[in-house]
Amino acid sequence: MVALYKVPKLSDFSPQALDRHVAELLAAVEAEAAAVKTSDTRKAFRDRWLARKGGILTQVNEWLRSAPKDIKPEVGRRVNQLKLEVEKRVEFKAQQVGKAAPESSIDISLPGIRRPIGAEHPITRTMEEIVQVFARLGYSLVEGPIVESDYYNFEALNFPLDHPARDTQDTLFLANQEGKPARERLLLRTHTSPVQIRTMEKVGPPLRILAAGKVHRNDPPDASHSPMFHQIEGLAVDSDITFGDLKGTLDHAMKALFGSQVKTSFRPSFFPFTEPSAEMFVSCFICGGTGRRGEEPCRPCKRTGWIEILGCGMVDPNVFEFVKQRGYDPEKISAFAFGMGVDRIAMLKFGLDDLQLFFQGDLRFLEQFK
Amino acid sequence: MKISPHWLRDFVDLTPSDRQIAEDLSRAGLAVEELSGEGSSTLFEMEIGTNRPDAMNHYGIAREAAAVYDLPLKSPAGENAAAGGNSPPQTATVEIDIADPEGCARYTAQLIEDIQIRPSPPFIADRLRLIDQRLINNAADASNYTLWEIGHPTHAFDLDLLAGGKIVVRRARAGELLTTLDGVERKLYPEDLIIADQNKPVALAGVMGGYDTMITDKTRNILIESAWFDPVAVRKTAKRHGLHTDASHRFERGADFAATPLACGLVTERILASGGGRLRGTLDAIARELDQAPVVLRIAQVHRLLGTKLPTHEVLSILKRLGFELVPEPVASPEFSVRIPTWRLDVEREIDLIEEIARLYGYDNFPNTLPSVRGVMIENPNLLKQRKLRSRLLSLGYNEGLSLSFIGHQDAETFSSAPVVEIANPLSDEASLMRSSLVPGMLAMMSYNLNRGTENIRLFEVGDLYQRSNGAVWERGAICLGATLSALRQGLPQGSVLDKSNAASDIDVFRALKGDIENLLSLFEHTSLAFDNQPPDYYDPTRSARVWMDGKQVAQFGPLHPEIALARKLRQKVFIAEIFTLELYAHGLREVLYRALPKFPGVERDFSFLFPESVSFEQMEGAVHAIGLAVLQSFQPVELFRGHSVPLDHYSILLRAKFQSWERTLREDEVGEYSRNIISALQGLGGIQRA
Repeated sequence: MVALYKVPKLSDFSPQALDRHVAELLAAVEAEAAAVKTSDTRKAFRDRWLARKGGILTQVNEWLRSAPKDIKPEVGRRVNQLKLEVEKRVEFKAQQVGKAAPESSIDISLPGIRRPIGAEHPITRTMEEIVQVFARLGYSLVEGPIVESDYYNFEALNFPLDHPARDTQDTLFLANQEGKPARERLLLRTHTSPVQIRTMEKVGPPLRILAAGKVHRNDPPDASHSPMFHQIEGLAVDSDITFGDLKGTLDHAMKALFGSQVKTSFRPSFFPFTEPSAEMFVSCFICGGTGRRGEEPCRPCKRTGWIEILGCGMVDPNVFEFVKQRGYDPEKISAFAFGMGVDRIAMLKFGLDDLQLFFQGDLRFLEQFK
Repeated sequence: MKISPHWLRDFVDLTPSDRQIAEDLSRAGLAVEELSGEGSSTLFEMEIGTNRPDAMNHYGIAREAAAVYDLPLKSPAGENAAAGGNSPPQTATVEIDIADPEGCARYTAQLIEDIQIRPSPPFIADRLRLIDQRLINNAADASNYTLWEIGHPTHAFDLDLLAGGKIVVRRARAGELLTTLDGVERKLYPEDLIIADQNKPVALAGVMGGYDTMITDKTRNILIESAWFDPVAVRKTAKRHGLHTDASHRFERGADFAATPLACGLVTERILASGGGRLRGTLDAIARELDQAPVVLRIAQVHRLLGTKLPTHEVLSILKRLGFELVPEPVASPEFSVRIPTWRLDVEREIDLIEEIARLYGYDNFPNTLPSVRGVMIENPNLLKQRKLRSRLLSLGYNEGLSLSFIGHQDAETFSSAPVVEIANPLSDEASLMRSSLVPGMLAMMSYNLNRGTENIRLFEVGDLYQRSNGAVWERGAICLGATLSALRQGLPQGSVLDKSNAASDIDVFRALKGDIENLLSLFEHTSLAFDNQPPDYYDPTRSARVWMDGKQVAQFGPLHPEIALARKLRQKVFIAEIFTLELYAHGLREVLYRALPKFPGVERDFSFLFPESVSFEQMEGAVHAIGLAVLQSFQPVELFRGHSVPLDHYSILLRAKFQSWERTLREDEVGEYSRNIISALQGLGGIQRA
């Protein structure tokens, strides 16, 4: 058993004497602390040193009181410092005792507690990525209605009435419109292209716009079809837009989206509202353009090494006829437009083989996109 | 469309491999989607755009190949093929009456006598079989072979069955009937363009022949029809009868006006070669000429649009190879008058010529350039609001789902009162309306998950709603949230649970959802946010709320009505929330203005009270705020308790007030005074302070 320390009364206030007393006191607290093993003795130990009434630290105040006036500040400083030291030791000891064993390491391999965070829908995510690429090129995102008139969805895009090109669109029409003139009949837009016309009606050239959103067609749902899907449409109008600009812009965008190693290739195609029209292919970003994945043929590109990704072209002068009043004179300006299916790009990017997964809300699927 | 590269070589001496030809044709816009088979039975599966009916046959593709490789093109016409060529005396005749010149510009016919109807010879049969065509007899096959060879549809009638030795091209008369080759008896519409004999319709012009006048084993004499029908007339007739044939496909896209004699002659030649007989008459009635005006091509325009200064000789060479004839215009800048070949009805304007130049030059041969960044930035403030909401929803743990835009009548009635927008040709009855609520889609997604064993569901959808409004359609945005009870319970942070008498009680689950709504709405600038308990019928009326921001409703939320949940066989209690973005977006995003941090300590005081159930926290809050204590920073409930010592119809509530001054440290006696004020305000509501 350690002899209990008692606070001495001081008469010698020389620095040497003070140093000695302080050292004695600290040695005492260390010694007593070492003897504390249980939480009961811990409490007694803590009270003995820190209790407001009669605790040792309170008794130390007597040193200050009895000190000669001229060295009071010096004694005060020492006493305060001493108190902090003692408190630190006592509290540290108090924390140590009561714990079963000295700090053992924890099992860091146990799984973390994960607060729920939501996953962005893969289509929204893909759409947003594409939008950002074009936003950096100065394109503004504009919107248009999903229930459209025949005029905006077809006529002003150079799809004349009774033109076979309309057959390819499998349009869903609204009911009870028999009395209306053809161009006013309402339908679900089959593409985002009507937004081009709506924007040009409001804003004169030059123009760089992007329209993204839902489109609908009368396609029964299966692994590669859905009556609802998503498109992104782009339009650039200026006094000097060329076919080379169309190619360069899209080539840049594809490199930004799929990596700088992808190549693009353009093949002639037909859309009523562009001329020349093209389909753009990118070198397959899954097999790297080889057409094979190891021993297996690459399915997404059907072994060709190329994936068709979007339709595009120079805006047909007939389209400008519908917005000529707004300053779109095909003799003075030119434009390119492009449109891509977001769902298909998302399918390719994430390796899906069933389009329906996008629209079931299955969390086992959606949570993979966290 | 199936094309045999072997067959192409009838017309052009192609030396590259089939694979190379496929690649080169594709690059020129004649897409070969697939290549199958080997040697002479190699097949191209081709996808030809609606604007290129001229290329929907072997000769047309060969013509393109000749242009691509700059090789000579051979004529498909044999020695005696062309109508009116070297032929025996032509004595037989029929009268051709084009009564509708708009519908039919040209009608060429040949009459054959004394032929034998029998199977086609091997050469014809093999080729038709290769491209998956059904074999019928030597006459029908000759017509079909010619269709796939040069693209012009023809039809063979049994001449003896045409009454009155007469062919009339006219519109149908009311009440007329025609049984078509497919055996279907059709009631004709007065707008239908038809071929008739003296008495009756014998064919739907350009769509399908008649059953009664078709070639049979007994046929001895034949009339071969090779006409040019108007695209719109054919298209409308075909559509009205729900028919789509190889013939209508080509006529409605524009056939070659000049090809009628050639096609007629080729069919005749093949029938004669296989069935014997004699050509006894050739007729060619032209009701009107097709107007194909020459097109002016400016080289400067070619350069302007394509962005590359293609040499003029290159431009001219491409066009010539494609069959265009060029005449220089006598003006200063290089301009040409371009005569369009009869098979290219799609080329009408300068831009069409520029496209021809670009595609033969090769799209990939134009250098890539980037235009300058120009044009106004069009602002779209709602987009930013939507993005903020979306990202907050994600951080609140909601997964984004997307459901289809359609709902059925029953769902529309249950979940909205808006006049519905009906689809004329819906995919199904359950998808016959544009959705007027996002709730059915949300419930479908939740039930999909519950049925697959996923219990903790938090979903949201950002979508559009549709309703009729004065004959027009009104579209507006909305956001729907869905969460299961277990997900809301799981998300309850331990320190925030109020009801200590009942772990994860309804009140705390409700508060969990309310807190999510508050977290979303707090993005927006507003002065007041109020809640009432008058939700629409499909919510549980005892546990749901509507949310009003500055006097306009912006949201509603709560558990789904138990009866609806039962009817939908939902395996767990489901909560929904709807946010009306139209109303919400009328508010700006909240601008943050920094407030200096307090320099003086705040003081907290707790008040334990017993209240009758009729008193709500909102009333307590109102009474306390009415005191007007400037230093009251917050007044919050921290614990609720019912049962045990708490009398029936009462509850115990622990309330915490925080006082804080920015000017000084509050004195004990001041805080005591504030507390007494609060106690007396709460007592004024009927509260009894507990010890």
